[in-house]
Amino acid sequence: MKYLSDVTTLKLLPEKCTGCGRCVEVCPHGVFKLSDKKASVTDRDLCMECGACAVNCEFGAISVNSGVGCAAAIINSMLYGGEPSCGCDGNKKSADCC
Amino acid sequence: MKELKFISAGKQNDKNTASCCSAEKKNLISEASAIKDTCCCTENSKLPEWITGAAETPVGKACKVSTAWSLADHWGQIKSRTSGFRMKYSVKPGLYAAGNPDKDSDVLVSANYKLSFDILRRSLQGMNVWILVLDTNGINVWCAAGKGTFGTNELVNRVQEVQLNKIVNHNRLIVPQLGAVGVNARSVQKITGFRVCFGPVYAKDIPAYISSGYKKTEEMRTIRFTMADRLILTPMEINPALKKFPLYALIVLLIFGLKPSGIFFRDAWSGGMPFLFLGLISVFAGALATPVLLPFVPFRSFALKGWIAGMLAAFFTIQSSGIIHQGNIILLIVACLFFPLATSYIALQFTGSTTFTGMSGVNKELRAGIPIYITGVAISLILLIVFKLGEWGIL
Ligand code: SF4
Ligand code: SF4
Repeated sequence: MKYLSDVTTLKLLPEKCTGCGRCVEVCPHGVFKLSDKKASVTDRDLCMECGACAVNCEFGAISVNSGVGCAAAIINSMLYGGEPSCGCDGNKKSADCC
Repeated sequence: MKELKFISAGKQNDKNTASCCSAEKKNLISEASAIKDTCCCTENSKLPEWITGAAETPVGKACKVSTAWSLADHWGQIKSRTSGFRMKYSVKPGLYAAGNPDKDSDVLVSANYKLSFDILRRSLQGMNVWILVLDTNGINVWCAAGKGTFGTNELVNRVQEVQLNKIVNHNRLIVPQLGAVGVNARSVQKITGFRVCFGPVYAKDIPAYISSGYKKTEEMRTIRFTMADRLILTPMEINPALKKFPLYALIVLLIFGLKPSGIFFRDAWSGGMPFLFLGLISVFAGALATPVLLPFVPFRSFALKGWIAGMLAAFFTIQSSGIIHQGNIILLIVACLFFPLATSYIALQFTGSTTFTGMSGVNKELRAGIPIYITGVAISLILLIVFKLGEWGIL
């Protein structure tokens, strides 16, 4: 399943990439693949902006504007200001992923 | 039998008792606190069923956990998936043991949401591993990682607090992949010396992951969102929507019952009933049908998906039941305008629970959607006023 096309803020700077493979290890949507010691993006539209890749790329090759993709949280932050945060009850995501 | 051994094991360590437990049930409690503070002070001051004993470590004891679920665990899962109960369903952070782990055993990191912990231990049958439970305020790994409570700091502190370096003689920590949002592997290694391996997304793949030498297949690192996953999330969509229903019902009944000479209950009911019924249909179209049938409803936008589901639901309900009199063109327009928008709005809320929607997309939908929702509601109200004026013979 894919969400809206061409909205993700994900950016990969290939010149900084050392091919360590962390991004492939952490991305739950298979957005990255490694070939010839360089990471590349397979399909941007699969990205859900969780930020795991950017947090764990120690070479600063990835940037993404991450945050909660939760309508209630965003509406709350529109109404009352502040960053959207998943005050929408926690534990909403399917908890089966341990 | 097990219980007895457990208790006597605890007595030897009675001097550790002091800190945190009430005096009642002395034996059980002293036992519990003997276990290095890991599992004492559970809510009702007695050891839960899933703790089966104590495991020795060089720096004290850790609670041994069962890899099977008891009836209470199943019941807890049902309650936590359907109600606010999940907000207080937690286990005490610290080190636990599954099987008979030793110095070479792997360390699996988890959150202290009881359901996350249960799902993890259930998938460890026949394995000997340590479980390091972080304090995430009882929130699951993914949500907690997003908030930062399942994060670098907490992991580092917990590793140091339980003195993990004295318990195992390797430097490998297996952290759930979805925790990667909050855990900076590089910092953890710098501070603690432990190397973070991000394990599979799903706990059930852990045995295969470990036995393959910590290699993840593409499937193990990909998050899914099956129909069953979606269905299991719908109670948490339906409940909040239904909570707002009484207010909606009150407004509808007031509008339809209002006469220049007062409020008439009979008119309120006969006039308002179709709108109450359609409101209920909208809730289920947006909070149940749209999530469950998500990939089959056209468009990628949740607002559009919801609108289509709502339009179909309202159309077929009106057609088949004839609850809005065909001649009543104003009410018909209001119904076709309002209910699909309501469904759309409710469906949009589901973005908070999916595994694939991102913030930029939801922002875009809201920026486009909110003005439309507000306009739609305003026009509906104006049309209802026109309808009422006509009914009262003023227009
Ligand atoms: S984590 Fe960064 S450096 Fe490593 S492969 Fe990915 S982009 Fe390249
Ligand atoms: S932000 Fe998340 S989903 Fe997007 S590429 Fe990075 S890890 Fe993958």
